[in-house]
Amino acid sequence: MESRNRIILYTIAALISLAGLAEATYLTVLSLSGETAVCGGSASCFQVLGSGYARIAGIPIAAFGILAYFSAFSFATFAAFGYTRARKFFGLTVWAMFAVTLWLLFVQAFILHAFCRYCLFSAALVFVLAAVVVLTPSSR
Amino acid sequence: MKRYLPFVIVSAVALITLAGGTMLYRTKGLPLLTISKDHVAPGTDGAGSIHIRGQPDAPVTLEEFGDFECPPCGKLSEPINQLEHDYHSRLRIIFRHFPFGSHQHAQEAAFASEAAGLQGRFWEMHDLLYREQAAWSTAADARLLFNAYAGMLGLKIDRFKKDMESDEVKRRVTSDQQQGAALGVTVTPTIFINNRALPPASLNAAGLRAAIAAAIKAKSPP
Repeated sequence: MESRNRIILYTIAALISLAGLAEATYLTVLSLSGETAVCGGSASCFQVLGSGYARIAGIPIAAFGILAYFSAFSFATFAAFGYTRARKFFGLTVWAMFAVTLWLLFVQAFILHAFCRYCLFSAALVFVLAAVVVLTPSSR
Repeated sequence: MKRYLPFVIVSAVALITLAGGTMLYRTKGLPLLTISKDHVAPGTDGAGSIHIRGQPDAPVTLEEFGDFECPPCGKLSEPINQLEHDYHSRLRIIFRHFPFGSHQHAQEAAFASEAAGLQGRFWEMHDLLYREQAAWSTAADARLLFNAYAGMLGLKIDRFKKDMESDEVKRRVTSDQQQGAALGVTVTPTIFINNRALPPASLNAAGLRAAIAAAIKAKSPP
């Protein structure tokens, strides 16, 4: 029974990671192509995505998101198929993402004083992934 | 088989992500990065520069006196870009500033474009300002958005902010305004094709196209 619950939780985590992967890919492409209509005219969105915090060494931060979400997806998938070591890596990846998400939320709230809806969506996904890690007994 | 399934799934997702990202990138068509080089030429009035898009030696010149906050100017921006694309080597575009004092952020927008121009991205900022006109023109603090646009264009933000305040940028905008006033410009957009002002009725995609075609014909050898 516990094993079945674990499979369900990791499957949910994999699906959530897929959603994050899609969003991060979308934002990376927009950033690389110079497209700005992404925000639909939202001033806050522009302030965040156009700020210096949206890039690291010239690379869009969303590109790192692709890497993170793909890693989370891969580890969750392997974990769902019973690869025990993948559970540990999944947990580590998610906590790293969680830490970065907290930092980005801090930047938006206290430095930029603006929130980007895409960033908030991504933050929500990471919080759910963290909840999966917490709820999965053997991954702790 | 089950043993290999996660490898298959992960590989498939990697491929789909790569293919999807590549397709999306192509459909976006690099709207801001593939425009013609900004040929900055010496200004005739000693003010520093004029911004030319397209072939510097093209037979037809479309010179616009525009205000980034003027909605009709914004509406004409895309058709003009399309004309430049269609006529390619036969058309060059010149943009000159004519910001109205009644437009709250027009002058700042003109400064922003010139500050971007000092880093070689005038036309990118020009297109961006027109495209996002609805957002910044109604913003309480448009400068925050201009800074964000500069960031999105990959400009050095500190330098951009400094240039926005510089005398050089203000001089360029003022010089364009003075030149427009000397030519009798009173409204925006005012468009000259080979130094002849177009009537207001021609200030639309079809009217511009017809005027350019006529100018090309007039320049062609009999």
